[in-house]
Amino acid sequence: MSLSKEQKRKMYKSLVLVRKFEEKMRECFLANKIPGFVHPYLGEEAVAVGVCSALIEGDKVFTHHRGTGHALALGCDPNRVMAEIFGKKDGLNGGRVGQMHLTDVAKGLVASNGIVGGAAPLSVGGAFACKHKKQGNLAIAFCGDGGSNRGTVHEALVVASVKKLPLIMVVENNLIQGANRFADMCNTETIACRAAGYGIPGVTVDGNDPEAVYEAVCQAAERARSGEGPSIIECLTWRMDGHYIGDTGFGKLPGENEEWQKKDPIKLYSEKLIAGKIATQAELDAMDAEAAEVVEAAEAFADNSPFPDKSVITNNVYAC
Amino acid sequence: MSEMTYSKAMADSVKLEMDKNPDLTYIGEDPAGGAMLVFMDAMMAHPDRFAVSTITETANAGYGVGAAMCGLPTIVDMMYADLMPCAMDEIYNQAANQNYIYNGQNPTHCPVVFRAMSGIGTGEGLHHSHNLEAWFCHIPGLKVIEPAFPDDAKGLFTAAIRDGSPVICFTHRKLGTTKCEVPEGEYVVPLGKARIVREGKDVTLISWSYPVLICLQAAAELAEKGIEAEVLDLRTLVPLDREAVMDSVRKTGRAVIVSEEHKTGSFAGEISALLAEEVFGSLKAPVVRCTTLDTPVPFAALEDEYVITPEKIIQAVKKTLGD
Repeated sequence: MSLSKEQKRKMYKSLVLVRKFEEKMRECFLANKIPGFVHPYLGEEAVAVGVCSALIEGDKVFTHHRGTGHALALGCDPNRVMAEIFGKKDGLNGGRVGQMHLTDVAKGLVASNGIVGGAAPLSVGGAFACKHKKQGNLAIAFCGDGGSNRGTVHEALVVASVKKLPLIMVVENNLIQGANRFADMCNTETIACRAAGYGIPGVTVDGNDPEAVYEAVCQAAERARSGEGPSIIECLTWRMDGHYIGDTGFGKLPGENEEWQKKDPIKLYSEKLIAGKIATQAELDAMDAEAAEVVEAAEAFADNSPFPDKSVITNNVYAC
Repeated sequence: MSEMTYSKAMADSVKLEMDKNPDLTYIGEDPAGGAMLVFMDAMMAHPDRFAVSTITETANAGYGVGAAMCGLPTIVDMMYADLMPCAMDEIYNQAANQNYIYNGQNPTHCPVVFRAMSGIGTGEGLHHSHNLEAWFCHIPGLKVIEPAFPDDAKGLFTAAIRDGSPVICFTHRKLGTTKCEVPEGEYVVPLGKARIVREGKDVTLISWSYPVLICLQAAAELAEKGIEAEVLDLRTLVPLDREAVMDSVRKTGRAVIVSEEHKTGSFAGEISALLAEEVFGSLKAPVVRCTTLDTPVPFAALEDEYVITPEKIIQAVKKTLGD
């Protein structure tokens, strides 16, 4: 599915929004504006943008603890995302749940998860719901290279493949899980090769190229939407920051960050857009500036939103 | 009204709800051959709504929760209570927290009902004889029901399907073929309402599920000795009908909690604490728990030691009378 000039520019805008937001989130965390922990997505933006650009209204997304980029790429309001991360009342979830549990049902962000590998079983239900409603939708489950080892992912792929559910398992392989190296935690070169065990397609793509991710998702989506069942898409990428902000780079080797800096998804994509005459440097700079403004406004919005009152503690434990 | 078995009554609830709601579906590992064949009639009426799953408890539970999050009410048949911990995260963490996380954002909430068979007494051994309600009662966000009679089974299950919260329904293995008069058509027995199944003035027997039937047998024997026991069937454990529990014990002054759980960490202990906190002034004697032993459950002849009997309940009642 080839991308129009407008779609490519939109992708760039989305990439820089996620980037600026992540940088701002880091800044705010270090300024003690954010309680608890945050898990930065810095450097992985192309996966979120590539995947979410291929989705249509009604598709269901289930993600993990590092899902801020997914929320923004799906079009969630940056003000309300930031307010939720700050624990403020005007956050997406009322300020009660924070960065790991963001949802925005209207935008398709059904669940985010603090349990590694937790999205997979839920996404099977989401995929079934899409199949049942017969509107051509599908479900996306995000997991990391670490999460892909869990039995939850195995079982989800068993059920989805047997029942031919419209599911795409997107494995964000950023080569580190906590403080451990992917190579030490997997007996095969790739995670995608496990797909053969379920009788489904699995591909490994450059996760720092949003168009490569987009293409792979489009192919898997066509398969899913036409009732042929699930696929695995493994996106190779690198998280520039720590597992959480404040982590001093456990598991990374000296020089690795610098090597991956050369493959920075935004740097590479901006070069591609300029070379392909999709945008000029000035236009990209303007998009950067616009993203920076949006993110500044999000910080201000979150700053100005109050903390939730104690009286809301017992709200919505149950449906009724 | 017609006389129906417990199994048929539950199946009737599902069939009627499926008649009414085209989005209600079921997933289970062995609906045509599994534990109690509970939902057979519903499956025959709505075969397209019944998904036969692989032996993947984690994914099956997640399927139910995920579908519910996306607007489809789903029944997940876990078969045995003992298998539920294979999907513990999906139940206690994912399902239970989700309405709180949504905070009103999701108009269809998280309507998933987990059904599983529990209980002791058919010699199925250590991995097939658990009563785990205490674990699930402990988790905010989950509701827990354990009907003892077919009419309650049908009405409560209907209420559970419509509730919008995740509900756990335990059905005791000895109840499937029990019968009583069950109303025709759809009706609801609301969650959170206990029922006095036998009135009395001398002691309250608080129970749920199969042990309620044993309480009634014990009460009949006690009546011959001039002791009038009130039998309170909780029906729902969470939300607990605290008022009914407290009112009955204020009236009788004596309480025996009868449950097939292991004593330590039991939900029976929770009710004891509630009574101590709220109705201490009305108590004529300490609250007594009539539960089962704190060991894994052996099979065959030894299992008899674990089964709740009228004699054990009567012994417990005598303790409250100072005998």
